[in-house]
Amino acid sequence: MSAADPALRTVKTTCAYCGVGCGVLATPDGKGGAAIAGDPDHPANFGRLCSKGSALGETLGLANRLLHPMIRCDKGMERIAWSDALDHVAHRFKHIIARDGPGAVAFYLSGQLLTEDYYVANKLMKGFIGSANVDTNSRLCMSSSVAGHRRAFGADTVPGCYEDLEQADLLVLVGSNAAWCHPVLFQRMLANKQQRGARIVVIDPRRTDTSEDADLFLGLKPGTDTALFCGLLVHLADSGALDHTYIDCYTNGFDEALARARGMAGSVGATALATGLSEQDVATFFKMFASTPRVVTLYSQGVNQSAQGTDKVNAILNCHLATGRIGKIGASPFSLTGQPNAMGGREVGGLANQLAAHMAFTPPDIDRVRRFWKAPRIATHEGLKAVQMFEAIGRGEIKALWVMGTNPAVSLPDADAAREALRKLELFVVSENVRSNDTVDVGAHVLLPAQAWGEKSGTVTNSERRISRQRAFLESPGEAQPDWWILCEVARRLGFGAAFDFKSAADIFREHAALSAFENNGIRDFDIGALTSLSDEAFDAMAPVQWPMRQHASPQPRFFAEGGFFANDRKARFVAPEIPTLRTETTPARPLRLNTGRIRDQWHTMTRTGASPRLGQHLPEPFVEVHPDDALRYGVSDGSFARVTTDYGQCTLRVVVSERQQRGMLFAPIHWSEATATDARVGSLVAPFTDPFSGQPENKATPASIAPYEYVFRGFALSRQPLQLPAHAWVARVAVNGGHGYLFADNADLLGWQLWLRMNTEGDLAEYKDFGGGIYRGASFNAGRIETCLFLGPADDAGDWNAVKSLFAADALSDAQRRMLLSGKSADGLANAGPIVCACFGVGRATICDTIAAGAGSPAEIGAQLKAGTNCGSCIPELKRLIAQTSASGDEPRRLTAAN
Amino acid sequence: MSEPLVIVGNGMAAARLVDELSKVALGRYAIAVIGSEPRLAYNRVLLSSVLAGETTSEDIELQPASWWRDRGVTVKYGCIATEIDVGRRELKIEGEESITFSKLVLTTGSSALRLNVPGAELAGVHTFRDSRDVDLLLAFAARKTRVVVIGGGLLGLEAAYGLAKAGAPVTLVHLMDRLMERQLDAPAGALLKSLVEQKGIEILLEASTARIHGENRVEGVELADGRLIKADGVIFAAGIRPNIALAKEAGIAVNRGIVVDDCLQTGAEGVFAIGECAEHRGICYGLVEPAYEQARVLARHLAGQDVAYAGSIVATNLKVSGVSVFSAGDFIGAEGSESIVFSDVNHGTYKKLVIADGRLTGAVLIGDTSDALWYLDLIRSARPIAKIRGDMMFGRSLAEAA
Repeated sequence: MSAADPALRTVKTTCAYCGVGCGVLATPDGKGGAAIAGDPDHPANFGRLCSKGSALGETLGLANRLLHPMIRCDKGMERIAWSDALDHVAHRFKHIIARDGPGAVAFYLSGQLLTEDYYVANKLMKGFIGSANVDTNSRLCMSSSVAGHRRAFGADTVPGCYEDLEQADLLVLVGSNAAWCHPVLFQRMLANKQQRGARIVVIDPRRTDTSEDADLFLGLKPGTDTALFCGLLVHLADSGALDHTYIDCYTNGFDEALARARGMAGSVGATALATGLSEQDVATFFKMFASTPRVVTLYSQGVNQSAQGTDKVNAILNCHLATGRIGKIGASPFSLTGQPNAMGGREVGGLANQLAAHMAFTPPDIDRVRRFWKAPRIATHEGLKAVQMFEAIGRGEIKALWVMGTNPAVSLPDADAAREALRKLELFVVSENVRSNDTVDVGAHVLLPAQAWGEKSGTVTNSERRISRQRAFLESPGEAQPDWWILCEVARRLGFGAAFDFKSAADIFREHAALSAFENNGIRDFDIGALTSLSDEAFDAMAPVQWPMRQHASPQPRFFAEGGFFANDRKARFVAPEIPTLRTETTPARPLRLNTGRIRDQWHTMTRTGASPRLGQHLPEPFVEVHPDDALRYGVSDGSFARVTTDYGQCTLRVVVSERQQRGMLFAPIHWSEATATDARVGSLVAPFTDPFSGQPENKATPASIAPYEYVFRGFALSRQPLQLPAHAWVARVAVNGGHGYLFADNADLLGWQLWLRMNTEGDLAEYKDFGGGIYRGASFNAGRIETCLFLGPADDAGDWNAVKSLFAADALSDAQRRMLLSGKSADGLANAGPIVCACFGVGRATICDTIAAGAGSPAEIGAQLKAGTNCGSCIPELKRLIAQTSASGDEPRRLTAAN
Repeated sequence: MSEPLVIVGNGMAAARLVDELSKVALGRYAIAVIGSEPRLAYNRVLLSSVLAGETTSEDIELQPASWWRDRGVTVKYGCIATEIDVGRRELKIEGEESITFSKLVLTTGSSALRLNVPGAELAGVHTFRDSRDVDLLLAFAARKTRVVVIGGGLLGLEAAYGLAKAGAPVTLVHLMDRLMERQLDAPAGALLKSLVEQKGIEILLEASTARIHGENRVEGVELADGRLIKADGVIFAAGIRPNIALAKEAGIAVNRGIVVDDCLQTGAEGVFAIGECAEHRGICYGLVEPAYEQARVLARHLAGQDVAYAGSIVATNLKVSGVSVFSAGDFIGAEGSESIVFSDVNHGTYKKLVIADGRLTGAVLIGDTSDALWYLDLIRSARPIAKIRGDMMFGRSLAEAA
């Protein structure tokens, strides 16, 4: 941690990543960086941070920052003044709206935006431009949960809170790799298991690290969750586990739902058949659920990212409603949101099928919001949801798009088509932190520099409805501005100045709070009326608060324990789900299904985490996980490369053969983009089929084929300055200490690489050539420090990336180190630590395996010796696996990815 | 009664032969060493260090007088052997009585070549071969004489370095396109050139000496391309010639050198030759290492053992002008061989390993020669290197750690 100037005070803020919403203490170092620690007082994390959060300090650099407004002209992007940029954006929007109507323009927002930014964007588009074409990347994340909540509860309400995870006796994780994606919450669940003996069930087609700690793992067939929970509903009914009083008093539709469930999965046997699970496992799960009153079912993208995601959510909610296990201590369904402010976006209504403040496009709601906003032109019907919005752009129906803080050219399904669509826009505006990413590089017409995490100030809401402040602790660099300011300036130029006369985030928050309370009277779940008259000072000092915060009402941590739903009849509704079927079918040409997801140490499209050397260590290359039988069948091997092809696109990825993968399924992480790797934009593979209720795409089951792709040479390069590697090479960019790293593979001749290195270096160059052995290595130096180095060789002899990386990080090499550098091996005679497993303390796999071999038999013992796993704990599953593998095989376990 | 064994020549080969004989045949021979230089045997390799002021003339003496005495060796230095009478087993010595021998070993070494160019006889033209030459060159340096060294082989470089170090402005002219072409490939020669130039020596390659100008003394050197280099002194270091006159006149078969068989015996029974004067299987070695190997074999042969000398794999492993240089075997890389090359020019390092049929067959190293002996061993033993190929460039410890 960098030493902080005592004059620089520590600022309490909230993490930029997942929906856990951990409190962060940031202490600026006065040089543009900051020391980062967990906030012990924050009720989400009580001081803990995961690997990503811990590394936030490494992501604050200005290397790729957009610092000034820019506009496209003949010669490319040119810097312009803010006023000119804003005039241009407003003028073009006005022109297109006047010509083609408000339906011809759209905003595409992000769960990374603050609530205040979201509020202004939503108000401008829906209230004043008069279109509901405002959607967000949250559509790809949890919109099925929103739709499921609204169908069942009459509102998008998360009934439980984090405390329930510690009070439950049974934790059922469905389609959630919380160990990697919500690590701090997962640690709270594990603590419950250890201290209170809670049992954990993991339901996932893939054996993730989350499943390592499960008492029961159900590796069901993809897309069959609905059948499993319908089977459970039947079992609950047949085993006398229903809460008839609750059903009778607070719900309707039960009989119909149960009948549908019986038809779908009327017995343990039928459920097993439908899900591909063993009858024994199904029966065990049903018994556990039926006999445990305190049960929390947590679900995430495995449920949501589905063309039947909303039905899956409702199938889960049905079981909780039927047992009355909702809104009670330790008993609730629980949607884990992916993004830091997906919940805030939902609260302001920043989705095309919401209006504002948990109000919908119903005549009374429209009327209410129109009056509150004084917005006669308010949109009166839903807008286009993300996938449909980009299809409309592709068809030329939407002519102007403003993207804020997200990277749809990477993250949308059928991402190649989305990218092509962007090229057709008449006006393409991007508000961004970075100068370059795949979306910007498609050819944005106007780039507007937005403040980044650490500079911007406002609020975010986490998965348990807790509103926390994100506070600025750094100066705004260049001419970066808050997103809300940019929006207000454009609104003013469009002639809506009076409605957007906000002076601060606090101003906006007060209006947002007032709208939530406006004519509410308890009929809407979202109400933070108690915060309507917060002073600027009180807003600045605001401690994390959980909604609802109704005026003159006592706090309410949970919903629905005794009914009180938000449908007109105040009752919950059981939804009878459709029979589960995936939207696509495998064929002989596409015999596999591609599942996609996150990895532990990267976030979304890596525009932030990709800057952290620490986070680049865990899994540095884009990969595809394959079951050993499939690997054999399709001729791919661990550590080699493969082409994964779908009807939508093609990627080239490193192969990881793993029994954790189900037969017939592939898994590839979503993070890599054109900017960070070659042919690894997994979004381009994903089918664009969406859920009929939520519009959320089915990201986890696209029919695919896999075929080996041979590369003769593997290699890596490290450089102080960014490098442009030859176009024929497959490349993955990795942040490293002291510069830029590139892992690559290639089939071109070595001489070409030698020439390339010589072109890209000057002066002091050392080289090692064994062309007969297929090896070329070179390093250039500047004042005794490595400037650029290149290692290239056959797959088994490309040099040790970790050993060279540590020499690259040094300010100067000793003569002995320089002499040994091009050996590509650790020069100091110490054992090579291997790829990093514990990102927090930088402990490598080889070091851990040595410690295990020396007798450490538990993560605690490893932690005592190496500190590994003692901070965020998210590597503990991997530690356990290493313990199991090391003791089983007696030698070094196979690499998870073969980065070296 | 010990058998009389006479060694003609009092250089490094002679000293080593005595040493070896004292180990394997102590007392069997009554040894006499006849040397023309006016001092005990010294390490000729270190003459350049004496010139450079890095060591003293006394310090390079191989063994003290007592060492010779203890081994019962009669050393006659400053004596010139004039004739061998093979039939009578007699050696004639200028101004002294002849001595008889049972066995005779010729270690007469070689002489520096003087180019046959006009002006080669002018005052101020010297060679660099023995300790008397060093004294003359030191005198040059003391006067800051401008010196042209002709010859860019080991000897010429040593002379140039020594003179420059001693303070003389030096130009080295070399006929070939690279320095030490018999030991170095082109990149190694180029690196050596730049390292030597950094020491203040001007180097002219592909420079053929046409004539030496001067009335009585040297005034300049003219090259074939017409360039004129002003100089007050010239050192010939353009090669050596084995000293074979004594053998030739005795009717012993000679070619370029004195022809010897695998027992190092000349055409005359009981007469042997080792070192730079000998020619074994057509090769006259110009380095100390083969001479030492020959001395070792000959001593064993003279002790009655059944041994044979099969030739030496030539290795150069020394400091040239302050730069570590190693060269052994097929350092160029013959047809069908592969090369592994490491170069770090700014760190003064160049290394090339030549591989053929899965074995190390040659190596050239500049700068970092710490693993030279290991490479030499690999070349000589012809062990398969497939397993260590990837690491061998970076040294034995890395290669053998795996």
